[in-house]
Amino acid sequence: MTRLNLDHLVQPDRVHRTVYTDQAIFDLEMEHIFESAWIYCGHESQVKEPGQFQTLQIGRQPMVMVRAKDQKIHVLYNRCPHRGVQVCGSHSGNTGSSFVCPYHAWSFHLDGRVRAIPLMQGYEGTRLSTDDPNCSMARAARVDSYRGFVFASLSPSGPSLIDFLGDAKVAFDDMCDRSPEGEVEVVPICHRMVQQSNWKFFMENQLDALHPSVTHQSTGVSARRVEKRLKEQQGSAPLHFHYLSTFASSFDQWDSVQTVNFPNGHGILKAYMGLRPQDPDTLEHEALLRKAYGPEKTEEYLSRSIHHVLIYPYLSVQSPLQQLRCLRPLGPDKTLSEIWHFRLKGAPEAIYRRSMWYFNLVNSPATMINADDLENWTRGQNGLQSKGNDWVSFHRNMGGDTEREGVLYSNNGTSEVVMRNQFKAWRNYMSRAQTSATA
Amino acid sequence: MSKIEVKQALGSGVVIEAVQSLTGAEAIAPDHMGRSRESAVGYVPKNLPIHAAQLREVQVLLTQQATLLDARQWGAWMDLFAEDGVYWVPAAPEQTDWTSQASIFAEDRLLMEIRAARLLHPNAWSQAAQWATHHLLGSTLIEAVQGDSLSSYTPFQMMEVRRDKVRHFGGSYRHHLVKQQGHWKIRLQRVDLFNAQASYDYVIQAWV
Repeated sequence: MTRLNLDHLVQPDRVHRTVYTDQAIFDLEMEHIFESAWIYCGHESQVKEPGQFQTLQIGRQPMVMVRAKDQKIHVLYNRCPHRGVQVCGSHSGNTGSSFVCPYHAWSFHLDGRVRAIPLMQGYEGTRLSTDDPNCSMARAARVDSYRGFVFASLSPSGPSLIDFLGDAKVAFDDMCDRSPEGEVEVVPICHRMVQQSNWKFFMENQLDALHPSVTHQSTGVSARRVEKRLKEQQGSAPLHFHYLSTFASSFDQWDSVQTVNFPNGHGILKAYMGLRPQDPDTLEHEALLRKAYGPEKTEEYLSRSIHHVLIYPYLSVQSPLQQLRCLRPLGPDKTLSEIWHFRLKGAPEAIYRRSMWYFNLVNSPATMINADDLENWTRGQNGLQSKGNDWVSFHRNMGGDTEREGVLYSNNGTSEVVMRNQFKAWRNYMSRAQTSATA
Repeated sequence: MSKIEVKQALGSGVVIEAVQSLTGAEAIAPDHMGRSRESAVGYVPKNLPIHAAQLREVQVLLTQQATLLDARQWGAWMDLFAEDGVYWVPAAPEQTDWTSQASIFAEDRLLMEIRAARLLHPNAWSQAAQWATHHLLGSTLIEAVQGDSLSSYTPFQMMEVRRDKVRHFGGSYRHHLVKQQGHWKIRLQRVDLFNAQASYDYVIQAWV
């Protein structure tokens, strides 16, 4: 392939449109970013029992996460070593004590090792032997978890999970620390939505504070009208109207919401919804937390200012409301998002229901918010096919951000430091592609 | 020479009997489940014989419901609901409670009002593209009648066009209706999409 000219494609204040549209660049991204970085596989509670599995995609690789008899969680390539057939054919299930290929009944232990091959004598005198690793289901090079969230890396070398996450690990702390037991459990519903756009549109949009009042105006003002009427009629309105109405805040208000941008492209959009009301349910929840952690820790846990945390290049964790969206890129112009919701173990049912409203209203397939986001990204993907202009602009507030210890803090919420920081990480990953392409 | 060998090879063979043999994947791992053995899922409606005139009233209401959606008469559509009416699309067929289970849609009249206002707002950007739906209803069964309320079951299909793409949804309506001031009103419209857990290409913008 032609040499990847990163200096030309990614400049400090703008990037070339082809990084969103080009198939060859996408293929390199899959190889050097998604099939190398730590990728979220799922939550431990999705595979509670031995034999339980969940299939997923890492880059272009079909994988399966499975719980073994000794309780260990393995992440395997979902491919029979015999003739390549995918051993698991559903999103989830329980495979019993082994995987068995539906084609010729090669069977495998839950850690991937070959267990039995029918009519084994047929292989006598050939170079195939069950001692050969090529005779077993291959494992992801590295598997690790943080607070119950399981990740895998297909690269044997590179930073550890904890180093990869860096300060963005607060996503999982902020979620789990809200449970008096320090743990969450998955809600067994996964919404899956396909975006007709490059994965970067989603990642940039998540911390883009300029777009909500434009893109989501129709929903924001419609919700505001109802919320206002309820407050006038009965003094208060349920929080879920507020979830929608805040989108209609002014440009200035959005400009006051800070973003925090970490190495590796991760970032945080700080809180803006005021999700700590003083109703009886919240007070009951806070009392449980104080009992579990003491007043000081509880205060520390509940006063983190987070709307959501972005783990580059594919995960958006809305920790205060216990939900996440995980991207699985399908092509340069096609991205699958998997949307999950979690329960705080030991917290009152009312707290779950409150966050469920956000899951229903904002993150469900009938979302009144993402309807307009996905429309923007589709039009963005189509627009970037245009030869009318080769560049995507990230000039806003350039030079106006504060850097401390490698972390970039926006002084204006709407600063495009978010995208500049993500592309810094992108360049870093892709420089390996440049080296291997040159070599 | 080889022709003779082929002839000889084809001249003999075996007859295999499957009657008593351990077979296939189960011979290797008896507890293996390529897919879980589940009892039948899905909802089988009851069918209560009622007067033709009453059935006709329900059919008229449900036809109005579907045609008002297709005509984008959101206000008139919402007026078919009782004041405490609920529109619910569960995420899974076994769900029973719209207030506590993660759903596709879970809307009371206030949330319906927000969705309708959004769709009518000139800056609902996603509505810029050509967009329309078309519903087709199957025959309605009455499942229960109690005083001034009844439950009905109606299969449906819906096609949607957006930009130049057509999508297909289908499933069943389960309605709880109440008679108020001589008119049937919807207290609950439960919509079980057969493809509720399949991936969505884009979102669902309006009620199904």
